[in-house]
Amino acid sequence: MPTTELPTLVIEAGKAERNYWRDLWRYRELTGFLAWRDIKVRYKQAVLGISWAVIQPAVQTILLTFVFGKLAKMPAGDLPYPMIVLCGLLPWVLFTSAFNGAGSSLVGNSHLISKVYFPRLAVPISSLAVSLVDFAIMLAITLPLLMIFVGAPGWQLLLLPLFAGLALVIALGAGLWIAALTVRYRDFKFITPFIVQIGMFVTPVGYRTDFLPDWREILALNPLAGVVEGVRWSLLAGRTDIYLPGLAMSVVSAALLLVTGIWYFRRTEKQFADII
Amino acid sequence: MSQPAIEVSGLSKRYVIQHESRHDNLRDTLHHSARKLWRKLRWGTGFEKEDFWALSDISFSVQPGEVLGIIGRNGAGKSTLLKVLSRITEPTTGKIKLRGRVASLLEVGTGFHPELSGRENIFLNGAILGMRRSEIKARFDQIVAFAEVERFLDTPVKRYSSGMYVRLAFAVAAHLEPDILIVDEVLAVGDSQFQKKCLGKIREVSRMEGRTVIFVSHNLLSVRELCSRVIRLADGQLAGDGAPDNQIEAHLGASTATDTEVSFEKSERSKSKSKIVRYLSARMEGHDNWLLPFGESLDLQLKIKVEQTIGELEFGVSLCTAQGQEICSTLSIWDSDLGIFSSGIHEVFVRFPPIDLAPGHYQIGIGVKSGHGMEDHIPEALRFQVIASALSAERPRLYSIRGAIAQEASFSRSKSSQ
Repeated sequence: MPTTELPTLVIEAGKAERNYWRDLWRYRELTGFLAWRDIKVRYKQAVLGISWAVIQPAVQTILLTFVFGKLAKMPAGDLPYPMIVLCGLLPWVLFTSAFNGAGSSLVGNSHLISKVYFPRLAVPISSLAVSLVDFAIMLAITLPLLMIFVGAPGWQLLLLPLFAGLALVIALGAGLWIAALTVRYRDFKFITPFIVQIGMFVTPVGYRTDFLPDWREILALNPLAGVVEGVRWSLLAGRTDIYLPGLAMSVVSAALLLVTGIWYFRRTEKQFADII
Repeated sequence: MSQPAIEVSGLSKRYVIQHESRHDNLRDTLHHSARKLWRKLRWGTGFEKEDFWALSDISFSVQPGEVLGIIGRNGAGKSTLLKVLSRITEPTTGKIKLRGRVASLLEVGTGFHPELSGRENIFLNGAILGMRRSEIKARFDQIVAFAEVERFLDTPVKRYSSGMYVRLAFAVAAHLEPDILIVDEVLAVGDSQFQKKCLGKIREVSRMEGRTVIFVSHNLLSVRELCSRVIRLADGQLAGDGAPDNQIEAHLGASTATDTEVSFEKSERSKSKSKIVRYLSARMEGHDNWLLPFGESLDLQLKIKVEQTIGELEFGVSLCTAQGQEICSTLSIWDSDLGIFSSGIHEVFVRFPPIDLAPGHYQIGIGVKSGHGMEDHIPEALRFQVIASALSAERPRLYSIRGAIAQEASFSRSKSSQ
């Protein structure tokens, strides 16, 4: 190793590291390893392994079909109601598990944070991987079901990754806020399940909004409404409508959440090791 | 060409201590803010905040290839300094320049996951310490050989013995090959043979490969063996910088009389039926600061409080390793009957003849029994350190001497009656 051109690092008080983003890139392997660890551990410890990713949404589908389809008698159009619910659950589960994961990631990795340096953003980012794997498993099961009960997917399916990405960005943005806040105030971890619980009903997971013209605008204020409707539209090959103002709302709030989330996270990041 | 590998100038780190309890949840914080506002309006002062300077105005530089030891008492700022150097926490003022890749090992096995296998943990831990995948792959066999865990590579580390765990963890860190290696107290774990191996590895890293090492330890012996230079911290300030021998001597000399006497007020006691006799405090006679030079006798003065006149007290003292394993113990009835104790405060003396305990950390447990049963028992009452002396090179060092010493130990009451 040539000793003449050693990288020099200057640590100075109050100066945010100028090369933070480059550092984050340099530590991309760590991000990968943390993600790999989460995935591995998740499936190693659970007896039922992968089936968790299936059982949970299956039960939820039955329940929501019963509540919205049978009890509330929401309109289904010419689609089987369970399929509407399943397509709604897919992005919703992706969002909730990513949001939960990112939100609790810092406190869950506190032993690392107080002992090793790395750009702390690697932790919440890596936590998203587990939810993506679950999403992929669930998707692999949903697609054949849709083929059987609804019909072949169309070109709209190609846009699915974009919607999934949008769900992840919203989850990460909100998760960064929660993660940074939980380091200082542990009671923010109680907010996550609360948001998820409420969100389940104000997001069109168990019903479609194209038959509810009176409520559509209000429901679209929820950034996830656009995502869920979008996924349903892409999985069902356009058999349900996509509500563009709602989608625009999703994109704008996703960007807003991510930017402010990163801003707050970066602002508080330097104290993490001292107060965690 | 000889630019220092590490340049630290005017480094300070401040922590703010709030004198109202810590606020871990939002409600407390809101409540606190409201009260603070109220107090401000009412009396014009908020709650007291106290600044605590964990480090103040530290400056030093380290040349490439140097092994720098950092010593100081607990709370002197050693750990904070390492945390700042490793970028875990930010300095309040000052500047640090680091030339080269830095790896810090503040704890053995940071990020090890119990569910993952040894193989998986090598990769995970390597990545956490800043290695690339390709580097870990290239050194994988060396790491496994150093750790001596070939047979258990695919076993989850939760089933490892603590020794294997530590070996594996250190092995990963030892093969980091950074330009600057920062090591904290990590060798306190593991058996003595492994400690030797680790020290050897650190020495090799610095001497053969010309890497810079910063080494923090309470074990003055390994600091003396390993370091080419030592800096001494006291209350967050740089108290000395120079040759290891001088600094270690200064460190030992800087002991204050106050902590030579240990009070048992807050010690953890076993439950006892009778409460007539209680241990109050203890001192080591003849040596300050609970440092016993190798080959000298250990004299303890134990202060007890007796509530009512009582006889046939049986005092017990046991010497244990730092990990709590008993080496030997003694009971006063083997030696002498100490007679009747009237109510009040008494002193009991215990003398262990010269014990050739290997230099290192030890614990003492004490107990006292009466006809009513166990009166008082403090399993981890005292800690002391055996330090190397001129004798230690000549005599064999004992570690396990169960029984042999115990029978020679002697008890007595106050000095006058001796």
